[in-house]
Amino acid sequence: MSLISTLARLEAVSTGRAQPAATVRHRHLSARPLVFVPLTTAGEAGAPLGALVGTERDAPRLLVVPQPRDRDLRFAFLAELADVVLPYIDSYAEDVEAAERGETDPETGKRVKVEVELCADAPQLIVPSRTGVDFVRLLGRSMRFRRTAEQDPETPYPAPPRVPLLGRWLTHYGERARVPGSSLLLAMTDVLSRHWATGQSSLEDQHLGALLAWIAPPEGMTGAEAALHAELARDPRGQLLCPPAGPATDPAFDNKLLAPAFERYDRARTALAAAEDGLEADDRLGALTAAEREVRELVASRTRPTWEKVWAGIDLLRALPAGAHVEERWTRDRWSFTAHRDRITAGEPPQPRRDDAVTAANKLASREREQARLEAQEALDDPLVMAARRLSGEAFAGEVTDVVMAYSESKRPSPRPLVTVRTDDRPHLAERAKVYRSLDGKPQSAEFVGYEEEGAVVVLRILDKMGRGKEPEAGSVPEKGDRLCFTLFEHEQRGGPKLPDPEATPWTHGGPPGEAAAVPESADPVTAEDVL
Amino acid sequence: MTASSGPGAAPPAASRPAAFDPGAEASRATADILHDTLHGTHRGVVVDSPPGAGKSTLVVRAALELADAGRPLMVVAQTNAQVDDLVLRLAEKSPELPVGRLHSSDADPYDKALDDLPNVRKSAKAADLTGLSVVISTAAKWAHVKVDEPWRHAIVDEAYQMRSDSLLAVAGLFERALFVGDPGQLDPFAIVGSEQWAGLSYDPSASAITTLLAHNPELPQHRLPVSWRLPASAAPLVSDAFYPYTPFRSGTGHDDRRLSFAVASDGSGPDRVIDEAAESGWGLLELPARHTPRTDPEAVRAVATVVRRLLDRGGAATSERSADPAPLTADRIAVGTAHRDQASSVRAALAELGVTDVTVDTANRLQGREYDVTVVLHPLSGRPDATAFHLETGRLCVLASRHRHACIVVCRAGVTDLLDDYPSTEPVQLGTLVKFPDGWEANHAVLARLGEHRVGWAP
Amino acid sequence: MPLPRTRGKALRQRLAELRGPDVPAKALDARALAALAANPGCRRRAILDGAGVDKTALAGALGSPSAFGQSQFALTRGNAFEAKVKADGGAELLRLVHEKLDRRAEPPADAAVPDLSAIGPEGRTARTALALREATEAPGTWTLLDHPMLALDVAGSPAFLEPDAVVVHPDGSWTVVEIKSFPMLDGSADPAKVGAAARQAAVYVLALEEVAARLTQSGAPAPEVRHRVLLVCPKDFSNLPTASAVDVRKQRAVTGRQLARLTRIEDIADTLPEGTCFSPDLPAAELTAAVESVPATYAPECLSACELAFHCRARSREAGAVTTLGRSIRAELGGLTTTEDVLSAAHGESGDPEDPAVAALRRAAQLRAEALGLEVTPCP
Repeated sequence: MSLISTLARLEAVSTGRAQPAATVRHRHLSARPLVFVPLTTAGEAGAPLGALVGTERDAPRLLVVPQPRDRDLRFAFLAELADVVLPYIDSYAEDVEAAERGETDPETGKRVKVEVELCADAPQLIVPSRTGVDFVRLLGRSMRFRRTAEQDPETPYPAPPRVPLLGRWLTHYGERARVPGSSLLLAMTDVLSRHWATGQSSLEDQHLGALLAWIAPPEGMTGAEAALHAELARDPRGQLLCPPAGPATDPAFDNKLLAPAFERYDRARTALAAAEDGLEADDRLGALTAAEREVRELVASRTRPTWEKVWAGIDLLRALPAGAHVEERWTRDRWSFTAHRDRITAGEPPQPRRDDAVTAANKLASREREQARLEAQEALDDPLVMAARRLSGEAFAGEVTDVVMAYSESKRPSPRPLVTVRTDDRPHLAERAKVYRSLDGKPQSAEFVGYEEEGAVVVLRILDKMGRGKEPEAGSVPEKGDRLCFTLFEHEQRGGPKLPDPEATPWTHGGPPGEAAAVPESADPVTAEDVL
Repeated sequence: MTASSGPGAAPPAASRPAAFDPGAEASRATADILHDTLHGTHRGVVVDSPPGAGKSTLVVRAALELADAGRPLMVVAQTNAQVDDLVLRLAEKSPELPVGRLHSSDADPYDKALDDLPNVRKSAKAADLTGLSVVISTAAKWAHVKVDEPWRHAIVDEAYQMRSDSLLAVAGLFERALFVGDPGQLDPFAIVGSEQWAGLSYDPSASAITTLLAHNPELPQHRLPVSWRLPASAAPLVSDAFYPYTPFRSGTGHDDRRLSFAVASDGSGPDRVIDEAAESGWGLLELPARHTPRTDPEAVRAVATVVRRLLDRGGAATSERSADPAPLTADRIAVGTAHRDQASSVRAALAELGVTDVTVDTANRLQGREYDVTVVLHPLSGRPDATAFHLETGRLCVLASRHRHACIVVCRAGVTDLLDDYPSTEPVQLGTLVKFPDGWEANHAVLARLGEHRVGWAP
Repeated sequence: MPLPRTRGKALRQRLAELRGPDVPAKALDARALAALAANPGCRRRAILDGAGVDKTALAGALGSPSAFGQSQFALTRGNAFEAKVKADGGAELLRLVHEKLDRRAEPPADAAVPDLSAIGPEGRTARTALALREATEAPGTWTLLDHPMLALDVAGSPAFLEPDAVVVHPDGSWTVVEIKSFPMLDGSADPAKVGAAARQAAVYVLALEEVAARLTQSGAPAPEVRHRVLLVCPKDFSNLPTASAVDVRKQRAVTGRQLARLTRIEDIADTLPEGTCFSPDLPAAELTAAVESVPATYAPECLSACELAFHCRARSREAGAVTTLGRSIRAELGGLTTTEDVLSAAHGESGDPEDPAVAALRRAAQLRAEALGLEVTPCP
């Protein structure tokens, strides 16, 4: 952690309120995000208990599995979820703009520009916390290999029609969330703690209620008091006043409220099945409906507070102006969305269980590039982020005190002006190190020439962006009195090398996948009692 | 502990088992490696080389023999400095050999010294270098090269510091390869999480060798058994602490190396620790316990003072290399730190004392380098907490294995307690190999040994 | 009335006094022993665990109850899964041991499953040791010990441990089996949970090694306790068992070190004021004083590892300790340890400007203020 963020946290402790950790918003926020607050059943992998989901703050859709051990009820939940999520996704798939993409011509091997579609906007999912992102991934994994009756009439436990498709989309969103700076799927706790420093640890910041308590404490309370209340306060029945943001529930809730409600539901269902005539069945159906309503109310009571908090978080974030590069990164998200849309349209199979060697290497390389890009862009967009880079010697700001014209020693001399900058910063400049400043949004590079006055003055030689002529273009060379900020890190990222195609995986990495890879991944085997 | 700088009280030569002839052992290992490389049936040969075991010599020799056998060879190294170093060594051994240096299109892409070598051709385009016996470049540059027909042979240097994805990008360029590296140095790392691939045989963030052997477990694996750099005082400790399952020996005996100083000790801590290290090969200059920021001014000053005194006292290093003692000059001394800001603080402190030509760098950058005496700022000195970074085995291994004569460690007291209080609740990924030795154990082993050569800061 | 303290009084008695009259020692299980490694620098935790104090009861009595609980759904599923794994004489479990750890051996068939029931933990421990001896002396057969009982010496008192299962291979070597109900999804599992399981299994390995060492008295070599344990979990989303071998050498070394260090609880006990007692029956104020008499090293990680964490956090916050915000936060603060000291140094009100930590703080404060457009406090 940078000393600057350490100070912000300590200021938060001493003032009782979260302090800014950013001066602009570094993530894209959709005008119409889909908020998803899921709950899961303790001890089960991927057995959802219920969720609140929707784009309307005042009208969330409540989805509940009244008995999570019942496969049919779980499938019904997933089908309902697909009915909410897929139309939302589809609503963005149609509106496209023309764009160009560089591709390699398979015949000539040359790079050519191809005109393609790019979705004008993309759907955005927001979950309360990082564990919510994991749960999206888990749901995606549990659904995408399922078979519907249409796909495979023989399948023993067919999934509802659109469930595998939802699985593929959630998988894509879950995977995209691993890309630094991406905003297709956001965890509210992560985004809030990126922008505010609280007076608690980052571990405690993962509690959405406590985090918001620090950022916007209720009237008359300090952040610490409000956070403590959010973490621990319980009602007379021993239930947390601020339920965990899920997907895991509080054990006291499971044991004292949920378990008895499940039991009543099970009893009502058994009774209904044993009904001997229509009249009795009607009565018992009423009892079953009541029992189901009880579970629904319980789930609603544990998700609604979190739902409100996620929207409160969205309000807070919307109040911040967007960083200058946020739009550019969102365009990358739109490309990602469009590409997945195209894969599905093209009838490609679902994402495999595990990446092959080439895909894994490509993903790692592109995420490292995105990480470097994010770090550079956040610093350029936000003086508070740049301050941390200056403190660590990776950037310096100061006033130009002198500019001396000089030229390169080539046949056609180009301008290479020497610029002297007085700074209070202490950059770690190695011999002939390259530094960069932003000139009309483009990086201009310079070379470190030397220090003067024991490091208080840095002499640089400007290298580019001065035009083709002997005299530099107007405005391209710093002038005496200018206040400038140079970075030691590059502003833009170079693309990495092209890796072999998966079919050409070298012997060092297991060789070509061969025929095994051509077989589509099988569905997960389903047993008669696949949940205990 | 003695304070005299007189002739080293070397243990009797008989303490070296007569059965072990380091020269013969090393030659045998080299012969086996070259045989497998030139005549073996496997597509790869892996060589583990502990610090100073003659890795570069092996690479140069293998390259020359492959070239002699008429096999076009590409060499992959990890940094431009390593590439240039190999080119210079090759040219020194065989000035007639046509060598290609493939370089990037950045400014100053290679060492200017290469311009003086008539048979070395340099280009940013691989096509300009076709037909040359040996073409050398970095993994990063090779990754952009496209060929119709792969090279028959490759040598991959520093393969333990190369990432698996980097090997993936270049492995299509060659049919077979000799992989050489030091498993004890710093592992490659990724700047983003790579947990989702943990346990996969081709985890892109793993080392190239890990992936190579996971897919080709039958490949012959050799190791160079003798360190020619580390003195007899250091090899057993470094071997035990960092290479517990692949031990190595020192190529020299206790009486083969000697460090002496013309100027007698002034009785100060720095002088006494210099004498202790001259005598025993190790010295620990211990400062009083205190929590400090990384650039602890007292520790930095202590490091600088030790260096200044090393130079001022007219050191002379006697070794098997020459009959006469060699003066201990600034270029034969290095300072190692864990962090870059520590390195720059030490540089500044040295400049204040008028010392400019001593190398000061972090463990990462000292990998593969060799000096007569090293002065190390202990990675845990003054820290309020230990972290996985500071406990990383490779970091300490690099710092403790750069010297031919002596290693002096500057550290605040209290590191043992810091280690004892270190929480060990690391997550475990299924299917990954457990890396040995454990950083904690290695740190303890080194500290225990240093404790035997402790000198207090105050006289 | 506390007894007058005599030097050299048996540690066991001293610890009993710390627990309070008639308060039984809370048995340390493998999970608790493994948790010692979570914060080995904490003297408070060391003495409370060493003395067998019930920390859950203590936290409640202090007014900061621990927030650990287990959902009955998870419990039910865990038990049902374990029963499924061990059904049919442990056939599936033994198959997994054979497949993952010992493929060269004959596949298990007709494995022995000795009855380990006996009276009391000592009785069960003795019965387990006997069964291990018999199984080891019967080469060529597989033996499954279902819930054996092992004793491990912890600071002078025996702790009784109950692994899920121990398997004796045909070659006489022993394997610890851990059965967990978190899933292995496409071959990987939650690394934090696997780590915890590995630390727990390492405690069993240590205990088994003590048993093995005692079996050598006849002069035969000690049976090998394998350092790769078998972790059995549900596969993907099903209830079918799958397994993975986990190398626990590191965890074994760590836990071994921590157990050895527990002997220092005698030193900690010696520093406590006369009559210190942690009985939950005492009034909260008295109890707080007793707990405060031994220093803690609170860090946020404690919240998921120690019952007393909320109490310690409150005290740590009251004291203004910067580590309340995380262990790593101190790294750049040098000797400054409280919020007040750091902020006053940063604002130029205290601290030596020559101290690099102070200088860096002032620079950081200045840069931060500048970026936020705040008024820069001039530094003297």
